[in-house]
Amino acid sequence: MPTPVIELQQVTRRYDDGPPALRDASLTVLPGEAVAILGPSGSGKSTLLNLVAGLDRPDTGTVTVDGVRVDDMGEAASARLRRAKIGMVFQFFNLLDDLTVTDNVLLPAQLAGTPRAEAHRHAAELLQALGIDRHAHTYPGRLSGGERQRVAIARALMNRPPLLLADEPTGALDTASGQDVSRLLADLNADGQTLVVVTHDVGLAESCTHRTVRLTDGRITADTASRDTASRDIASHGTASADIVSEQAR
Amino acid sequence: MSALGRVVRSGVGRRRVSTLVILLATMMAVAASVLGGSLLVASSAPFDDAFADQHGAHLSVEFDADRTTAARLEASADTAGVAAASGPFRTVSAASEFGPLLAVVGRAEPEGAVDDVTLTSGRWATGPGEIVMSADLGMRPVGEQLEFPDLPGAPALTIVGTARSVTGTADAWVAPSQVAALTPPGTAGGYQMLYRFTEADTAAQITEGRAAVTAGVPEGAVTGARSWLTAKKEAERDTALYVPFLVAFGLLGLAMSALIVGNVVSGTVSSGLRRIGVLKAVGFTPAQVVRAHVAQALVPSAVGAAFGLVVGHLLAVPLLSDTETAYRTSALAVEPWVDVAVVAGVLGVVAATAWASAWRGGRLRTVDAIAVGRTGPTGRGRRAVRLAGRLPLPRPVALGLARPFARPARTLGVGAAVVFGAAAVTFTLGLGSSVDEVIAAKEHSTADVVVEFTPPEHSAAGPAPAPAEGPPEEPQTGLPELPDPARVTAVLDAQPGTRAHYGIAATEASVSGVSGAVTVRAFRGDASFGDYQMISGRWIEGPGEAVVPPPFLAATGTQVGDTVTVNGRGGAARVRIVGEVFDTRDDGMALFVDARTLTTTEPDLRPDRHEVAVTAGTDVARYVDALNTELEPLGLTARPGGSEPGAGSDSSAALKALAALLTLTLVAVAALGVLNGVLLDTRERVRELGVHRALGMTPRQVVAMVVTSVVLTGLAGGALGVPLGVALHHEVIPAMGDSAGYHLPDSVITVYGAGELALLALGGVLIAVLGALLPAGWAARTRTATALRTE
Repeated sequence: MPTPVIELQQVTRRYDDGPPALRDASLTVLPGEAVAILGPSGSGKSTLLNLVAGLDRPDTGTVTVDGVRVDDMGEAASARLRRAKIGMVFQFFNLLDDLTVTDNVLLPAQLAGTPRAEAHRHAAELLQALGIDRHAHTYPGRLSGGERQRVAIARALMNRPPLLLADEPTGALDTASGQDVSRLLADLNADGQTLVVVTHDVGLAESCTHRTVRLTDGRITADTASRDTASRDIASHGTASADIVSEQAR
Repeated sequence: MSALGRVVRSGVGRRRVSTLVILLATMMAVAASVLGGSLLVASSAPFDDAFADQHGAHLSVEFDADRTTAARLEASADTAGVAAASGPFRTVSAASEFGPLLAVVGRAEPEGAVDDVTLTSGRWATGPGEIVMSADLGMRPVGEQLEFPDLPGAPALTIVGTARSVTGTADAWVAPSQVAALTPPGTAGGYQMLYRFTEADTAAQITEGRAAVTAGVPEGAVTGARSWLTAKKEAERDTALYVPFLVAFGLLGLAMSALIVGNVVSGTVSSGLRRIGVLKAVGFTPAQVVRAHVAQALVPSAVGAAFGLVVGHLLAVPLLSDTETAYRTSALAVEPWVDVAVVAGVLGVVAATAWASAWRGGRLRTVDAIAVGRTGPTGRGRRAVRLAGRLPLPRPVALGLARPFARPARTLGVGAAVVFGAAAVTFTLGLGSSVDEVIAAKEHSTADVVVEFTPPEHSAAGPAPAPAEGPPEEPQTGLPELPDPARVTAVLDAQPGTRAHYGIAATEASVSGVSGAVTVRAFRGDASFGDYQMISGRWIEGPGEAVVPPPFLAATGTQVGDTVTVNGRGGAARVRIVGEVFDTRDDGMALFVDARTLTTTEPDLRPDRHEVAVTAGTDVARYVDALNTELEPLGLTARPGGSEPGAGSDSSAALKALAALLTLTLVAVAALGVLNGVLLDTRERVRELGVHRALGMTPRQVVAMVVTSVVLTGLAGGALGVPLGVALHHEVIPAMGDSAGYHLPDSVITVYGAGELALLALGGVLIAVLGALLPAGWAARTRTATALRTE
């Protein structure tokens, strides 16, 4: 079996004295998979995403990304890990408004110290591939929502990360733009990009991923292969385990 | 609690960082303003204030106890025109182990109807064996003993305190019962009476009062009298030096306080514009919004002002103590009205700036106000971002460098803080250098070796003790022991290592047109290495020429190029003034001439001091040892040169200490201004920082970006602040000299080197970076997930 891109084992995260935002969660994502983390508000989706991205640390359990433990990393190390291995796409794009589209896309490469010419060439390729090259020198404020999200996706892919995390990527978009972004994500996955999409939009989950992990009150309650019939309700188990993933893979 | 009250409470409680910054800024502003205001008040009329506070004596009169009685003097208090009197106190002139006669007064207590003597340390002398010394003498610290070796039994008194009389009515005070033990056998000692008159504004009124109070005593009973006008003149000549300096610092402190508080409050309120929009959306009227935000700013400001008063008073204690030393006054304290004015003023600035900022927010359309917090920058600074992006710099650094252009108004606020800080540092360093130059110019201490006359009784026991006070060479009284200068010259010339030397003799002479004696310093040999700083003209080159300090020119109405007549014991000599020299000894009433000028007027004049320059590489200690062997038969002693012990006077030290303390305060206020600006900027950009972090920016890169964002502002602030500080220095220092009656030589004013100025300009960056470090650390520690959720 190839090295999983994401591996969560018995992860629990609690904020203050409230109930755990995520409890005893185990999850494995293999290279090339497209996984939707689905659930209502407060179910623990963002917590799970933050833990994977190294933006937060679990109280118990381990989180591994592309073979590297992120749950015990320092701030600087997790920043370097994100730079190298994770591309992030946000609901509200989180583009820097005082940078042009190209400069936004270049940013991760510049932080990583990629040679200037190489970074510019790759940024141009990405903008062209995503159909926004005509906006290269435009500021994000002049773009439509869909175009901004394309820029955000280009930026996320700039350092060729093995993992693309998308947090409600169509949540701030109109239907047409949302479908456009959804197709783009599906295409990326078809090209081999591992994709984890956090959303409460079942339509998005079905359109661009082939596996759905359901979260309810911090627990993984279902882990479903959405493009075939092999699904299994794991509510009674409380976790999604690696052998389920293996089974799905088979 | 009303809705408004809840909004204010939640605003203060939830926006903790803003609340804390306003509190700190107000605290610093109040503390700095209390200091600045107190200095301004203390500088306005220090002698008059001290004189009024201490019920100073308009006239102090000394009587011979042999020729009058205490009862008769007591009766003089009832003389018409006398408003109050103290005394009679028994007095005595006693020679202490330090040599000079001390005017000792027997007083049971420091307080009185006239001349409240203020204790500066320790306690009052209450019994035998105790003495309180004048704080201006600084002989020995409290607890030590002072001997009177010439008196029977060589009494030793314990110094139990130091005190200061505004008109200097004594060198020391003892309990009345102690006076007898200090009175030399065969003498009766004296009495002192202190008077305040109903009319005492002019010398004529004082003379009239003196005549009235002494009318009832026998002729010859009055041994001395001192008018408060004389004391005032002496005091103000000293304090005049300090007034321009303290006024400059006081005004700088007040201006910075107003700037920083205004900047902090307006920035904080402006950063809450979205909240204003939300309040309006839920039904608050614009007036309520304004009231809420003014109150929100005033609550932490009031707390900060209270802390600031405490800090200001704590800082004022050493500061005013130094000022007391500088002004030679006592009991300077923070005036209550200064506290009230400062608190009212600072809170007024807070209220006004909060009102103006909130009013702007209140007038915004609700939808616009809500949008303020969510929309990105207005587009300003994009060109700077593009240009910085082309620089071969790490991206975080480039982003930081472009940041000031995105918020020009805030950048101006931060820059202004840096300008003030850099100006304060530049001014203070320049002041310190100028004070050092003044000391060096006064002391003329460039000689490697100094050879001085040693009285025979000391020469056998080793080197002569350093004089307790006074200039290195005093006018000589024609001591026969002074060696033949030709023999001294021969010894010095023969000594291996001697490069150059000259001798100095001092005498007194009268100069036509000047009342009283003038000190004449006669130079034998080449005094060109003597570091006598010329203000104008040139140094003497031969007989018949003289250089003089500015007060001499002012007193005689002469100028460089004029000729004056010097009358000595042996006749008169005409000398032409060829230069104006900086020398503060003898109140500037001195002439510097070639010794050959006085051949006829002072034929017996011989140098009592020789200054020697040695050749490069000479071991001064060995040279001195060898020279002392040769000089011993001549009654001279050589010692290494350099400043005299205590060359930096109390006043100079006090001035420098004051400057250092004030500068630290102003730099702290400036750094706080920077901190506030960067903090507001960081808070506004928290989501952007989150994005950077999510994209892989390390905490160190975040710190670099935030710190770099103030570097250009710091550089610009330094570049503007340094010339401002230099300009202030060039205004204040000559003003200080003018107040004291001196034109200062260029060496005292031109104290900044190019390298030093460049470093000072970089000091602006240092202030900016110091202020930015805290918010940079905060930005680096902000949780990315939280930052990304922030609207």
